[in-house]
Amino acid sequence: MENNLKKVDIIFEVDENNTPYDVLLKTLKRPADEIILDLIDSGLKGRGGAGFPTGLKWKFARNEDGDTKYVICNADEGEPGTFKDREIIDRVPEKIFTGMTICGYVVGAKEGYIYLRGEYNFLLKPLSKKLDEFNEFLKKNKIDYKIYLKSGSGAYVCGEESALFESMEGKRGEPRNKPPYPTVAGYNSKPTVINNVETLVYTTMICRIGPKKFKDLGTSDSRGSKVFSVSGDTPIPGIYELELGMPLHNFVDEFGDGDVKAVQVGGASGHCVPRKKFNDTIIGFEGIPTGGSMMIFNSSRSMYNVLHDYLEFFAEESCGQCTPCRVGCQQLLKGIEAVKRGERPPAYLDDLKKLTGTMKIAAKCGLGQSVGNPFNSIIDNFREEIIY
Amino acid sequence: MLTTEALVKELVEKNGRSRNSLMPILQGIVQKEHYLSEEALLSVAKELDLSAADVYGTASFYTFLDTVPRGKNIIRVCKTITCHMKGKDEVINALSNALKIKVGETTHDKKFTLLTANCLGWCHKGPVMLVNDEVYPDLTPQKALEIIEEYGKEAK
Repeated sequence: MENNLKKVDIIFEVDENNTPYDVLLKTLKRPADEIILDLIDSGLKGRGGAGFPTGLKWKFARNEDGDTKYVICNADEGEPGTFKDREIIDRVPEKIFTGMTICGYVVGAKEGYIYLRGEYNFLLKPLSKKLDEFNEFLKKNKIDYKIYLKSGSGAYVCGEESALFESMEGKRGEPRNKPPYPTVAGYNSKPTVINNVETLVYTTMICRIGPKKFKDLGTSDSRGSKVFSVSGDTPIPGIYELELGMPLHNFVDEFGDGDVKAVQVGGASGHCVPRKKFNDTIIGFEGIPTGGSMMIFNSSRSMYNVLHDYLEFFAEESCGQCTPCRVGCQQLLKGIEAVKRGERPPAYLDDLKKLTGTMKIAAKCGLGQSVGNPFNSIIDNFREEIIY
Repeated sequence: MLTTEALVKELVEKNGRSRNSLMPILQGIVQKEHYLSEEALLSVAKELDLSAADVYGTASFYTFLDTVPRGKNIIRVCKTITCHMKGKDEVINALSNALKIKVGETTHDKKFTLLTANCLGWCHKGPVMLVNDEVYPDLTPQKALEIIEEYGKEAK
């Protein structure tokens, strides 16, 4: 079969004649509105998973009144199966700093923060060294902007933007009610742009290569490329930048071990796609979107164990502030255990599916709302493995 | 070594007295003392003019801000799905047997605490563990034991 998988080299590409520093100086000479138009034109959507159009986010923050605004880089990469941000931070941090500085210029912020998850503390030293150099460069060029580094302390939910603000403000990482959205009231209740690591790098690169080259990649709903974290039953696990909008079967042909039973797209909170649906599943915003996590399972794996692992994860990482998520995650976990032990009839799984529906409506943040994604997709496609 | 009170004062000097400084201060204490003692929490509350319950409430939210005594070296083995598939159980068993402690426990000599962690972000190189802030991917039970042995020597 013809393989249409297109590998791309934008994120990690290094051009000595056009460094992030060069891009920064050139871009800061352009009118802010023009930069926003370029970003909107490029079709770039947030690469953390939620997929909000980046240009619009910057525009909203720019339109807010106020002297104090913030730019935050969300480096709290905690979704199981995702490890691409770590690699980006490690290899091309200047591209992140540049994206944050351009954003600061566009929206009118003087401070940027990188919130790095505690599990990546080993990156703190090298990252702060490079950051010091960058801040020094800003100072030397009389650019009124400074980036600071903050670290997390091992809480998955802090990847949720409003929980991240709470954590930076020295509080429990409990998500806030929305609205107001961050562009109106984020960190310290000031207008804030919060972007994923990868998104910020793409903004830098769109400023360098122009929106057209980016837009030419992908599909009308999913412009550009994306960094994928490939793990599980694959002979070639790792990080790959691929064009968006690919059919899943092409992905499996490239990365599978020849015996792929299912792919979990989008991490623990994403969707499980069984083999029979590989042909008509598109990886992108028109199909199944992903923050980059692609976990491959071959036929030797028990999908009960997979689901059990995910539910245990959510039960532990739920912040506990809202009842649907706190109790829901526990009951889903206990529920599949009870069905497995024969203490509950198989039909109980349908009651649990209804519970995920309640969680979707009633949970306060994305964590509780999305537990139904893995739950329902695994129950619907591998029901017999859960029961027997 | 600094007393806890002096350490808190030093961290408050460095990070400031605003609420926003709470996390870096707590992280700084854990860095030095491996956990947050009652004395440390009370001292931070006093310095930042917060209620002790508020400080404890914040600390207890975060997995890495322990409020029970921990060993000099904290081992966190990733237990999430891909590391599970690649053999984290064998790694944990090997460590558990060698250190003669169960997950969640600390050795008598206070050198090691063995914990599990949710996804550490090395799914392509599992199983993986953190020892304090250092990361060790591509583990086998044997490799994990060798790494711990080195830490044991240093921790004399």
